[in-house]
Order: sequence, then structure tokens, then C-alpha cells
Amino acid sequence: MDLDGIYRAEYGRCVATLTRLLGDIDLAEEFVQDAFAVAVQKWEQAPPPNPGAWIVTTARNRAIDRLRRESTREARHAQALLLRQPDELQEVGPVRDDQLRMMFTCCHPALSPLARTALTLRLLGGLEVAEIARAYLVPEATVFQRIVRAKKKIRDAGIPYRVPEAAELPDRLTSVLTVLYLVFNEGYASTLGRLLRTDLCLEAVRLTRELAELMPDEPEVLGLLALLLLTEARRPARVGPSGELVVLAEQDRSLWNRQLIAEGHELVRRCLRRNQPGPYQLQAAINAVHTDGPATDWAQVLALYDQLLRHTPTPIVALNRAVAIAEVHGPGPALAAIDELDLPGYHLLPATRADLLARLGRTAEAITAYDLAITLATNDTERTHLRRRRARLEREA
Amino acid sequence: MKKYLLAVQFDESAPWPPEEDLRQRARTSKVTADMQAAGCWVFVGGLVGSHATTVVRPGNGTTTMTDGPFAETKEQLGGFWVIQCDDLDQALAWGEKCALACGSPIEVRPFEDAHGTEHEDV
Repeated sequence: MDLDGIYRAEYGRCVATLTRLLGDIDLAEEFVQDAFAVAVQKWEQAPPPNPGAWIVTTARNRAIDRLRRESTREARHAQALLLRQPDELQEVGPVRDDQLRMMFTCCHPALSPLARTALTLRLLGGLEVAEIARAYLVPEATVFQRIVRAKKKIRDAGIPYRVPEAAELPDRLTSVLTVLYLVFNEGYASTLGRLLRTDLCLEAVRLTRELAELMPDEPEVLGLLALLLLTEARRPARVGPSGELVVLAEQDRSLWNRQLIAEGHELVRRCLRRNQPGPYQLQAAINAVHTDGPATDWAQVLALYDQLLRHTPTPIVALNRAVAIAEVHGPGPALAAIDELDLPGYHLLPATRADLLARLGRTAEAITAYDLAITLATNDTERTHLRRRRARLEREA
Repeated sequence: MKKYLLAVQFDESAPWPPEEDLRQRARTSKVTADMQAAGCWVFVGGLVGSHATTVVRPGNGTTTMTDGPFAETKEQLGGFWVIQCDDLDQALAWGEKCALACGSPIEVRPFEDAHGTEHEDV
């Protein structure tokens, strides 16, 4: 019996529903863990047909039993909430809307960005504190504290447990999407060779998929899902046999995950039909072009970047757009386009400069730019990749 | 219902010109009136600048007085509202209105009796 798998799949849902029933995240977590401990003994060979419902029902019943015996204020409050729901069936299961509530609570803008990520992974993803700490390369105590503090703020400041109303939804949804995107990115940018990091990508995809099922009418949610699927699809080709980084142009396209690409393309088409473009949809469309046919149609990519830059005029978008300019109009105009960019400490700016300078035959300047990029790069795989490029340039000079 | 403090962080190093000051007062009065109409208003007060502040400190069973605010920072408490509402989202929505009306950052902070909901629930 795959109890770990069930735990990972059901933990978040169960905690979300128990949080609504008990009005408190800590109590919800406690009783859900309690129920899983009972499950270990009771299920023995095979789990029940609906393990989530079993966990929620068990957790709820145990909560009722224990809260009746206790008389702390929290216990009385939770008991009152439970008693107010007499209509619930004997057998209760996880309620899907509860997960949506939990997503909005965990990603509330009143919480610090780091707390939002940690809470989302812990409460919705069911990741252990130790797993989150390893994935983000920070001490366990740091993650633990961040989560404890965030839960305390949710309770003390009165952060509500509900899906925001229409007026506030766009802003609040952006915050949820940002967290999911950052979780994926954290996994993707440093995935190479680290299994746990891959977990972050898969978790981000799983949660975004659930969000898309819960909010199928939000084009940016579909856009983010498409973006993540189309990026994830290329992962097998992104690392060479000895763990080295393989850039898009040199990737073996036969290694791409066709199924994810088909799913991503279908989502992009759905977004196009809605015609309410946003930053995630545009990035998804760019990735759809990259994954369409035997080679990238760069003119189309550039047109999409023009649109994205109007939507999100950030230096990172401008930098990525320059890569498309180089393919369509040549390295000269691309270099001019990034000349004014200010991205202190970001290694991909000097790396892109180096690349363009090399293509223009300005080798010495290119090598200096590679050196800067190598100093700024934060992960070994990317650093190795940049060193290889630099060495190749020196050999050719 | 929970009570929240909406505290105005006023930058004293850059005071408003008189005509802007009048406009700002008109805007904040409007927000207060809206709070009263919505039934969530508890208290509002604007404070005189921190030059008029005196700090009284305890020590050894007696006290000492010093001139000036507790911390000599650029931003000082300029005034505050106390409101009561259901949750932080409602408080933040008022916080946004206050920030725009004042042209200053607003600190939104729950009162300690926040758990006091038990009286209604039990």
C-alpha cells in the first residue's frame, strides 16, 4: 500500500476541509496527522475506496471526541463551529472549495513572500518542513519558524478563510499564481541533478492543475498551467549525459514529453479563443511556439515578446526579448536593446551580452562578459555551461 | 467582530503645503464619514506633530521626563482610526482608502482582544 502517495495527495485537501470545520489551521493539521496515524494501523493491506473521505471523517470524529473533553478557548471555539454544521452527512469528505480557500489564505498578500511559499508547500502540498528546507537550501529551523509565524499571523490578524470577492479577485489571484510560478522556477532553475528540486516542479504543476480545475474560467490560471507544462515537457532534454546544461537550440527534441506539449498547446488555444491576454498566457504562447514543429519561428516569438513587454515592462522581459531580436534582426540590434538594462547581480544579462558580442566577433569583450557571468551564476551547472562557452570562444580566437 | 488600528505613518520631514493639507483633511473626513455610514467606525484622531511630544519613563519606582518622541525617526504617528470589521480583508480595504486619502503609509494592526469572538459563538 502506497501510504506516502496517499498522504501526499490527500493531506492538503483534508487539512483544508478540517480548517473550515474547526476554524483553525493548527488544530486541522493535528487531527489530520492523527487520522493518518490511525490509518497506518487500520488500513493494513488496502486503503478504503475513498481515502480522503476516510481521513476527513476520522479526523472530524476524533476532533469532536477530544474537544468535548477540553475546555480551552480554542477547543470551545472549534466545538462551536463543528456543532453549527449539523447537516453534514455522517461520512464527510474533502470539499474542493476548501482547497481554493486555503490557496488564497496561504498566498495572502499580508504574508511575506517567503512565508507564502513555505505555507503553500506545507499545507497544500503536504511537504514536510525538512523537505522544504532541503529544496530551498535553508536550515529546517528557518522554514519551521516561518510557517509558525505565518500561521500565527493568519489567526491573530484575522486573515479570512474564503475565496476573495470579485472586486479583489484579480490582485489576490496574481499572488497565488506568483507563488506557484516561483515554486516551479525554484525547482526548474536549479533542478539539474537534484531529485528534490524536481519534486518542487511536479508539486507546482500538480497545484496549478488543481487551481485550473477549480477556476476554469480564469485565463491567467490556464496560461500559467500551459506555461509550466510546456516548460516541464522540455526538462528531459535540458540536461546532457554528464549533467551539463543543454540550451534550447541544441536540445534533442525527440526527448521532449509529447503528451505535456499537446496538453499545453490545447490550453494555449483555449486562452487565444478567450482573447484576454495576460503575462502568463503570453509566456505560455511563446513556449508553445518554441515547442511547435521542428524549429522555433522566431518572428512569432518576437511579436509575442513585444506584446509581453507592453504588458510587463520589466528588464527581465526586455532581456529575453533581446534573444528573439538577435534571431530575427541579428546580434547588433539585440546588443543595442540590452545596453541600457539594469539588472544588478543577474548572471543572464552578462551571459546574453557575451553571446551577442561573440557573434559580432568582439571576442575580447565577450570573454570579459563571460567572466562576469561566471562570477554571478549561482548554480554549478550553469557555471559549467558558461565556462564551456568561454573556453570554446578562446579556442576559436 | 474584530477591532483594527489604522495608524498613519506621517513623514514629518516633508510637510504638506497648506492648500494640499486642506485637501488631505477633506479626503480623510470623507473616509471617516464612509466608515460611519458602513457602521464600522469606532474612533478617529489626528495628532499634533512630534515636536509637542514628551516621553515619561519608569525607573526605580519613579519616573523621568524627556522632550521629543520616543524614537527620532522621519516617520511618526500622525493620527489613527479604530474600526471594527469581520476580517483582515475588510480592514485592509479601509486601509487602502485611508492610504490614498492621507498620501501616507497606513499600518493596519489588529487589537489584542481579536479572539473575543467566543462570546458570540459559544
